[in-house]
Amino acid sequence: MFGLSKADTRLFLIVIGLTLFAPFILNPFPEGSELAQFNAGYPDLMQRFLIFGIFAIGFNILFGLTGYLSFGHAAFLGVGSYAGVWMFKLLGMNVLPAILLSMLVAGLFSVLVGYISLRRSGIYFSILTLAFAQMSFSLAYSVLTPITGGETGLQLSANDPRIFGQSITDAGTIPVPSLFGLEMRDSFQLDVGAWLFTFNAGYYLCAVFMVLAFYLSIRIFRSPFGMMLRAVKSNQQRMTYTGLNPKPYTLAAFVISGMYAGLAGGLMVAMDPLAGAERMFWTASGEVVLMAILGGVGTLIGPVLGAGFIKYMENIVSKINDNILHQWFSFLPDGLEDVVVAIIYPFIGKGWHLTLGIMFMLVVIFLPGGLVEGGQRIGGWIGRRFGKGGSSAEAAAKPDAKSSPAE
Amino acid sequence: MGILEVKGVNKRFGGLQALGDVNLSVKENTVHAIIGPNGAGKSTLLNCLVGKLIPDTGSVTFDGQSVLGRKPHEINQMGISRVFQTPEIFADLTVLENVLIPCFARRDGAFRMHAIEQVRHEAELVEQAETMLADVNMLGKRDFHAGSLSRGDKRRLEMAMCLVQQPRLLLLDEPTAGMARADTNNTIDLLKEIKAKRDITMAIIEHDMHVVFSLADRITVLAQGTPLVEDTPEKIKGHPKVREAYLGEHQ
Repeated sequence: MFGLSKADTRLFLIVIGLTLFAPFILNPFPEGSELAQFNAGYPDLMQRFLIFGIFAIGFNILFGLTGYLSFGHAAFLGVGSYAGVWMFKLLGMNVLPAILLSMLVAGLFSVLVGYISLRRSGIYFSILTLAFAQMSFSLAYSVLTPITGGETGLQLSANDPRIFGQSITDAGTIPVPSLFGLEMRDSFQLDVGAWLFTFNAGYYLCAVFMVLAFYLSIRIFRSPFGMMLRAVKSNQQRMTYTGLNPKPYTLAAFVISGMYAGLAGGLMVAMDPLAGAERMFWTASGEVVLMAILGGVGTLIGPVLGAGFIKYMENIVSKINDNILHQWFSFLPDGLEDVVVAIIYPFIGKGWHLTLGIMFMLVVIFLPGGLVEGGQRIGGWIGRRFGKGGSSAEAAAKPDAKSSPAE
Repeated sequence: MGILEVKGVNKRFGGLQALGDVNLSVKENTVHAIIGPNGAGKSTLLNCLVGKLIPDTGSVTFDGQSVLGRKPHEINQMGISRVFQTPEIFADLTVLENVLIPCFARRDGAFRMHAIEQVRHEAELVEQAETMLADVNMLGKRDFHAGSLSRGDKRRLEMAMCLVQQPRLLLLDEPTAGMARADTNNTIDLLKEIKAKRDITMAIIEHDMHVVFSLADRITVLAQGTPLVEDTPEKIKGHPKVREAYLGEHQ
């Protein structure tokens, strides 16, 4: 189906299913219960899962396939965001032109950065991309203030022309991003017993783009182009002596992943029409590297898992504070409770980076293939333990090496 | 007029004259060996042929066209393939993919963006690659990781990758360097088999006399960057200058 092999089709359908039903899946705990704080099914966070998933999928096309480690990919996301906001300011509040222009501008910018950076490989390539990103960040803060809004960021205002829309609504407010009248912040809430599920228009717009982005990434992975990119990673010398020119291949991969980043940036401003330079800061570039490595570099689904994992940690684990810990461990004797809380406390709340860091180290040392490899090992162990079979979800998440060597 | 003509090639590295006035003519459909002691300039000469180095003076023409100033991938597209001293393959890819890549390179040139088409739908090229693998007795290992192959199999795979492009000239850089006697003999047999099956010109750089005398139709002896003598293997064996410069050390 969809021109994909059986295993890939299954994986693709599972991804569609998960994104479609995420508002249910991510809200497993009843509203008001003690565990409700672990629910991730609110629109803002779900949108972020998908947007960073797109960003990581694109990054993985470059890093996973060609092995070129870009340390400046956030610059494309930032540039895309600015382009999107400018479309809102000049044209109108429809999100489609904004998203398209975000991709286009990020693509053009990545041609420039890629053409120069790809003259070098290895660490020098990484440093060049990092330099470009930091340069963009600094420029956005200083001389480019008229375009970027400098420190305050680029915001909509009531004085924007918006030639195809209205500068200001009849109610006197700044209009919000919409898709042909469907406002991105529109939500439909479903009460089922103690549970409350939120279906948000913006989320489903992101979902459509994520599914398309994921589909394109599968096609690229299985295409002759994808094979050539893996050849670049494997042996460039053999490639040139086989009559192939690696440069246009790497540049094409760079631009494609830059456009994915632009798409992510465009979606970000479509959800919340505000762009700031901090999106281009080097930590933002580093984050997408972490997402790809944590999830599994060079695998199809890995980067999405990594993005989801990191964003979950950032938004959920970081909110646990010591009061909550004291509640959890209140069944322990007082002295012991304090000790246990004191031990756990550094790993949660503001200390979530510590947990992430430890997780990251463990993954790099014990699971070089990331969370995907972890899943495969668990699946394999279950398979050996309980005979053949296993759930279909696990089987699809790890198509066998024979049919899909890129996994 | 040979398929490969090297005329008056000089190459200098600082104060070292690596190649001095090298003339060489490789006739079509022959196996031409280039031998010489260490530092004779064999590898430098080979690198001048494939575009890795550019000679200071002189000309190198392949099939009447100059190769000088062309990039390695362009020279390959002209019909020159190269086998390395240690097999250069795509270790992270499967055996089949290793052979498919040159198939794509031959059909589509140095770069073509097939980002949506699927490899498995390219039945014609897959079949071409499988036929080639069968030809070097590697079909049974088509789904193996190329990096996991034994050295002998890597050599076979590299040959297959070169041959599937149907090059007119195959350059071999010490194909048996560091091999045990049995492996060397296998390589000789493989090369003989390849030669028997198709019209191909081979230029071999080699240290091992046994290999050279079993395969070559003509031999050029290089010494200190200059061709000493060029002749048939029989004549080379008895040539006093060659004995003195090279073979003497071995006897």
